[in-house]
Amino acid sequence: MKKYINNRQATCALLALSALLLLAVLVAGLLLNERAMATDFSRRDLAPCAAFPFGTDWMGRDMLARTLAGLSLSIRIGLLTAAVSAVLALLLGAAAGGFGRKADAAVSWLTDLLLGIPHILLVLLISLACGRGLWGVVAGVSLSHWPSLARVIRGEIIQLRQAPYVLTATKLGVSRLQVARRHMLPHVLPQFVTGLVLQFPHAILHEASITFLGFGLSAEQPAIGVILSESMRYLTTGRWWLALFPGLALIGVVLLFAGIGDRLGRLLDPAGIHA
Amino acid sequence: MRGLKHRLGFAGRKLARMALLLVGVSLAAFLLMYASPLDPLQTNIGQAALGAMSPEQRELLQAYWGADTPPAERYINWLTGAVQGEWGDSLLYRRPVLDVIGERLASSAGLLAAAWLLSGLLGFGLGVLAGACRGRLPDRLIRGYCLVISSTPAFWLAILLLLIFSVWLGWLPVGLSAPIGVDTSAVTWLDRLRHAVLPALTLSITGVANIALHTREKMIDVLSSDYVLFARARGEGAAAIVWRHGLRNVALPALTLQFASISEIIGGSVLVEQVFSYPGLGQAAVTAGLGGDLPLLLGVTVITAALVFAGNLVADLLYGAIDPRIRRGAARGL
Repeated sequence: MKKYINNRQATCALLALSALLLLAVLVAGLLLNERAMATDFSRRDLAPCAAFPFGTDWMGRDMLARTLAGLSLSIRIGLLTAAVSAVLALLLGAAAGGFGRKADAAVSWLTDLLLGIPHILLVLLISLACGRGLWGVVAGVSLSHWPSLARVIRGEIIQLRQAPYVLTATKLGVSRLQVARRHMLPHVLPQFVTGLVLQFPHAILHEASITFLGFGLSAEQPAIGVILSESMRYLTTGRWWLALFPGLALIGVVLLFAGIGDRLGRLLDPAGIHA
Repeated sequence: MRGLKHRLGFAGRKLARMALLLVGVSLAAFLLMYASPLDPLQTNIGQAALGAMSPEQRELLQAYWGADTPPAERYINWLTGAVQGEWGDSLLYRRPVLDVIGERLASSAGLLAAAWLLSGLLGFGLGVLAGACRGRLPDRLIRGYCLVISSTPAFWLAILLLLIFSVWLGWLPVGLSAPIGVDTSAVTWLDRLRHAVLPALTLSITGVANIALHTREKMIDVLSSDYVLFARARGEGAAAIVWRHGLRNVALPALTLQFASISEIIGGSVLVEQVFSYPGLGQAAVTAGLGGDLPLLLGVTVITAALVFAGNLVADLLYGAIDPRIRRGAARGL
């Protein structure tokens, strides 16, 4: 049988499809925000049915709408925090790799320090310092996710500095800025973009976790963490749908992001597949 | 003899760095907690009760929660005390922090150890299997499982297991570490075991993904090496190759990774203990954080960081102890 599309095209199509799906969830959540908050005591505690595929909770709220609104909020927070932490990682990684041994020692000490505290505890502490709530979550997640990516970027830059073409360029008198822009940036960029996208899954999971523990978004907000921590109170009475579907939907979103990051990495760095 | 000296020096320098990092952790944690705009008085006593109090009463309370001491003095006091083994009193439990932590750690220890061992062994086995069957069905299944598990929030998995085994099937208790309404002395170890099964299972399931994927990568590396090619040319079977050449070379990185992954297990236990209301260290951290109990949260943070650093140290030393080739290099390359 003849192959109609090659692997690269298939990957691109899958990428576009995943991105579209996520965008659809993002927009749907925004549009359904009103509906997610609407209470109606005439339809409380309904098990999943045709009208309410995810069921309703004890205040008669539509769980599908609540879940979508929560996912949309998660995606928005994920976008913000992943971007902030990736930029932090780029700056600190570049500083460690490019500004001499003292900067390197300082950054790696800070990295070791942050990696020594279990991640969820670190997010919890930073969120406390910012007074919990939305900004607590955003600060907590974005300030705690940079170490691993910073390490990758540092390693890459240190390796590049010894590369023959960089050494040659330096000997030829090309300025440091030019070397960084022309020779280093194109190499670091794919790592950076992949790292950025792969921050999303972590960011979203940590946002949900910290909210679940009560250090994140407040109870009025339609967040997945809030939905799941509320569902805990009704588990023993047999209302399984309150926890099952929102959790599955969250895993779906995280998997989509992980898939995008993985495929993007392979598209941007084709040689890396065989490494 | 010289090798031993090298290794002692290596361990010594690592220890010094660890101590410095621990001081850094405590300072960072203290500053973060101090910066918090949440008023411990308001969180614990409530606005209404606070409003009804006389100014003297409020001052007393503020002194109790330490809200009136300048931060530098407070931290120095804590640090000098901590070095002498005096970690202050937990404000919520009204007992010395070290007592509370010791008790909580004792109840978490079994959980953490079981999950750590189980996830390590299971992850290693799955990783070896996946690497040996690269590209075939077992590999695909294991990789898919790892991907899904690493995308699953630990607390949701805990809720799911609770739904299935406690609510639906009714096999295991819903939460806590011992039955309710039973005297502490009457609680048997079987009771404790029954209460610890689900939390430990949750932690093990989530811990598998990382080690399995790493082991798989290493296994693939080993299987594409020249000495495996030579073994194949000599006519060794696949099972013999995995057993003789694969396992030995894969075991070391896996062991190191497992010692370096203590942080994730503890992090997971914070969430899982919350779901199962299991009175362990993780739950103490959450309670302390929500209640503004600075000494306790500080203590828990420093103790967990010490555990994580100790794990990393063991990982570093193991490398040198098991593989003589890197002993000298690692000692010098610090």
